[in-house]
Amino acid sequence: MHEWALAEAVVAKAAEVARERGLTAVSEVVIALGELQAVDRSALEFGLSAAQREAPELADARFTFETDLARCACRRCGHAWTLHDSLAALPEGERESVHLLPEIVHLYVTCPACSSPDFAILGGRGVSLVSVDGS
Amino acid sequence: MRRIVAVTGGKGGIGKSSVAVGLALSLAADGARVGLLDLDLWGPSGHVILGIPRPGLHEDGGLVPDVVAGVAFMSIARIIGERPALLRGDDITNAILELLAVTIWGELDTLVIDMPPGFGDTLLDVARYLPRAEYVVVTTPSELTLATTRKMLELLRRLGLPVLGLVVNLVRGADSGAWRRAGAGEELRLLGSIGYDDAYEASLGDPDRFRRTGFFRDVRAVADALGADRLPAGH
Repeated sequence: MHEWALAEAVVAKAAEVARERGLTAVSEVVIALGELQAVDRSALEFGLSAAQREAPELADARFTFETDLARCACRRCGHAWTLHDSLAALPEGERESVHLLPEIVHLYVTCPACSSPDFAILGGRGVSLVSVDGS
Repeated sequence: MRRIVAVTGGKGGIGKSSVAVGLALSLAADGARVGLLDLDLWGPSGHVILGIPRPGLHEDGGLVPDVVAGVAFMSIARIIGERPALLRGDDITNAILELLAVTIWGELDTLVIDMPPGFGDTLLDVARYLPRAEYVVVTTPSELTLATTRKMLELLRRLGLPVLGLVVNLVRGADSGAWRRAGAGEELRLLGSIGYDDAYEASLGDPDRFRRTGFFRDVRAVADALGADRLPAGH
């Protein structure tokens, strides 16, 4: 799992944003978790609580999460859909592979309308900062 | 990591992976801390040369590379095995960034990157995200390869990327001046010529045997020509 590395990166970026905005006490950091990445939220939260101790601006920050749905559009027939059910149905080994390298989802999922594996991933990748609030 | 060396070339089947693996093994044999990243997402072959047969993931705060003959190795094949990757456009960039982000290399003296053939997204992404990378261009004496090698060299020049030099592979008999015919000019260094080696194919999957081939002997000379790369670990 690379949640520890993600937690360190999120805290570093949030601290950078805080400094740019002149915030000395961050109260809330909102984080979007890409569904495709299947980040282990509890592991990430644990990592964040450890990492925030190294960033004075974030010492008392609360971390809240949003889900960025894995949305796709078929390049062959144009059908648009979300991957939620397909991801849930994958065997654990394949889910873990997609977690590490989301782009390989094309190996395991096809368009439900035309069965093409050639589809665009429109959302649900990665981990991103939605907002950093404080004073 | 102290140095990043990307082994590239315009065509497939000219020996980029073999040269990349050979350079990595050569540097490691001299005591350097070496990583080898196979960025040929469609036709990875480093794991075949090194004899890592099955996908297998060792995770510890990220993906931990396999270590073979002193070389830390990572490839998309460690994740998807022999299944064909279907990647295009932004997916390529994202996959490369993910591989770079999740791999725990530790301290390295040199990261050798095995590039896919041609001038596509991977080359542009490495140029963008790994600006310290230096390039070794592999060619063969065949005019079919040299025509593309000239384009590769021109593109690298236009992108302002540092070219360490040219390696001429699959040379039968005397090198027939491929370096000159690549339109290299005085500024391009010939790092070495590698003779066609009948024993090479049988060495695939066996690093010890690989290191006893004439191919590897010639690659050692290329590694020598890279000079500073051969400093022992910690220098």
